[in-house]
Amino acid sequence: MTGVVTGEPKKGLIKGPPGGEATAVPAGRKRGEFLYFALRSRKFLLATGVLLTLIGIAFIGPMVDTNDPLAQNLLPMRPPTTETGYWFGTTYFGEDVFAQFAHGLRATFFVGLLGGGLAAVIGMAVGFTAGYRGGWVDEMLNMATNVMLVIPTLALLIVISSYLQRSWPEARGIPFESVFVGLTSWPWAARAIRAQTFSLRSRDFIDLAKLSGRRGWKIIAFEIAPNMSSYLFMTFILLFGGAILIAASLDFIGLGPTQGISLGLMMFNSFSYGAALLLGLWWWFIPPGIGIMATVGALYVMNVGLDEIFNPKLREI
Amino acid sequence: MRRYFGRKLITYLITFFIAATIDWMIPRFMPGDPVQGLVSRTGGISPEGSAALVQYYNNLFGLDRPLYEQFLNFWISLLHGDLGRSVFEHGQPVTQAIMAAVPYTLALLIPAILLSWWAGNSFGALAARRKWLDNAVLPVGYILTATPYMWLALVLSFVLAFSLRIFPQSGGYGYNLEPSLTWTFFTDLFGHWMLPFLSLFMVMFGGWAIGMRNMIIYELESDYSRYLEALGAPQGLVRKYAFRNAMLPQITGLALQLGVIVSGNLVTEIVFSYPGIGNLLFNAIKSEDYFLLQGIFLFIIAGVLIANFLVDVVYVIVDPRTRVGMRGGTA
Repeated sequence: MTGVVTGEPKKGLIKGPPGGEATAVPAGRKRGEFLYFALRSRKFLLATGVLLTLIGIAFIGPMVDTNDPLAQNLLPMRPPTTETGYWFGTTYFGEDVFAQFAHGLRATFFVGLLGGGLAAVIGMAVGFTAGYRGGWVDEMLNMATNVMLVIPTLALLIVISSYLQRSWPEARGIPFESVFVGLTSWPWAARAIRAQTFSLRSRDFIDLAKLSGRRGWKIIAFEIAPNMSSYLFMTFILLFGGAILIAASLDFIGLGPTQGISLGLMMFNSFSYGAALLLGLWWWFIPPGIGIMATVGALYVMNVGLDEIFNPKLREI
Repeated sequence: MRRYFGRKLITYLITFFIAATIDWMIPRFMPGDPVQGLVSRTGGISPEGSAALVQYYNNLFGLDRPLYEQFLNFWISLLHGDLGRSVFEHGQPVTQAIMAAVPYTLALLIPAILLSWWAGNSFGALAARRKWLDNAVLPVGYILTATPYMWLALVLSFVLAFSLRIFPQSGGYGYNLEPSLTWTFFTDLFGHWMLPFLSLFMVMFGGWAIGMRNMIIYELESDYSRYLEALGAPQGLVRKYAFRNAMLPQITGLALQLGVIVSGNLVTEIVFSYPGIGNLLFNAIKSEDYFLLQGIFLFIIAGVLIANFLVDVVYVIVDPRTRVGMRGGTA
């Protein structure tokens, strides 16, 4: 995710001259305009298609192929065939790779939603508060953000999880993992949202809202947030993808969930226990990587597609 | 200028203090008791025996002292460079074990970061607003940047090392060699270095190329570019100015991405059993070597902070505004 997530506020994203022209447009027309450009954006359509396919596999896959992903009851080390249960081949231990893949995709989307969602909520809370309040509140929150930003998330998660695996084994499930990922990956989002809030704060319509005696959090929720909703949504998309990648790395190091299966865990198992490289069981580690790559790649492409939809300057080509 | 760096330095010192404090707190305040965990590893001992063992460990690690005293002792030994001893490395001091691994990690990271940054930015700038190149660079860039580091490493290892046998499979150098200043040793070292380097380079390259491509498009659409065009300036000149402006966020981006890059390096080293920090960390986790684990964590933080500071220095050199205003740009 290098470079894509620079956290740098994108220029020109917040449209128009000050005064809230955007709010003057009736909601219905705005939605129609979004659809009009969305259906003409190849990037957006492609990304949506890929994501829907993956979600389809995650939900329908386990219904068609009802094998337990962790049951070691098939012929081991079989390459992919058309026979049910062997679509993606089997592992060294005789587990169904397709069943693992479909269940692993579910875990991946779960981590993205919960981890990315939590990070977005924290990032918004910190970013809005810091950007809107300013002064010493901003100084403190900014300092906290900068500190968290520099600490490598994965290193921190590794230390925490490796203690947890002995002292509190129940916490080694996918929900806990998602929460930890969410609690540590918000800083760049907070910084980006703070910068955007800063640029909106001094607009006339905010002053007007203040004069009319509205409370601070109401101004944030009803005046500032709607004016950067596209930006917030794109931030969430990037956090979603980032959470998936971090969780996969954590799983690959062997600190992932002890119950259940995930795409990162599949790679860990194939690499550590199954000697997939040595035995040439490529069908064991190729699918999980492609699953992650397709999910995260589609999210990134969707982000750019949305950028072009929301930002008229980038549209043409 | 002095104020700018002073502020930065204070932030980094505070960060290190907080990170070290978290490092100290994790075993003490997390749910569960690591000493119990340690004792449970022994297995098959009587309750009295295990109670004695718990007491022994508590005494050994100083966990029976008041908290403030533990905290002070932690800092005193940290400032003396004493991070405890490693179980995995047969009682070797943690600092020594880390120092033996650092050259490998740096030899991977520094060339991979610098070369991918340079190549990615050049390609991204070339691709922006040039349709045919853009259509090629953009999909490749997105695929690469969405690739998990360890997966690309697995694929490269499988294809180039296990199937085609072009490169060695694992380790820092051949098992039949002793480190020496000979030609054979260096070619062998280089062969082992190639695959981990390549997988790091490729993933990062995608990210930089896309970042640069997007930034250039923003810059080419901005007023100063339009003005230059309207004046009849040649395309090359307009792009040159756009490139110089688009560079700044990419430098900030480098600082922001350091954590992700370091994480990528950790898992890549694990795939190739490359004897750097990542592999050491992996072994520390497997053998539940907590001193080594915590030492590596602190070391990674310190390294990332130093790298961040270097990026700040570069930013001041590249962006004249920070020198004039001395207000610290965007970083």
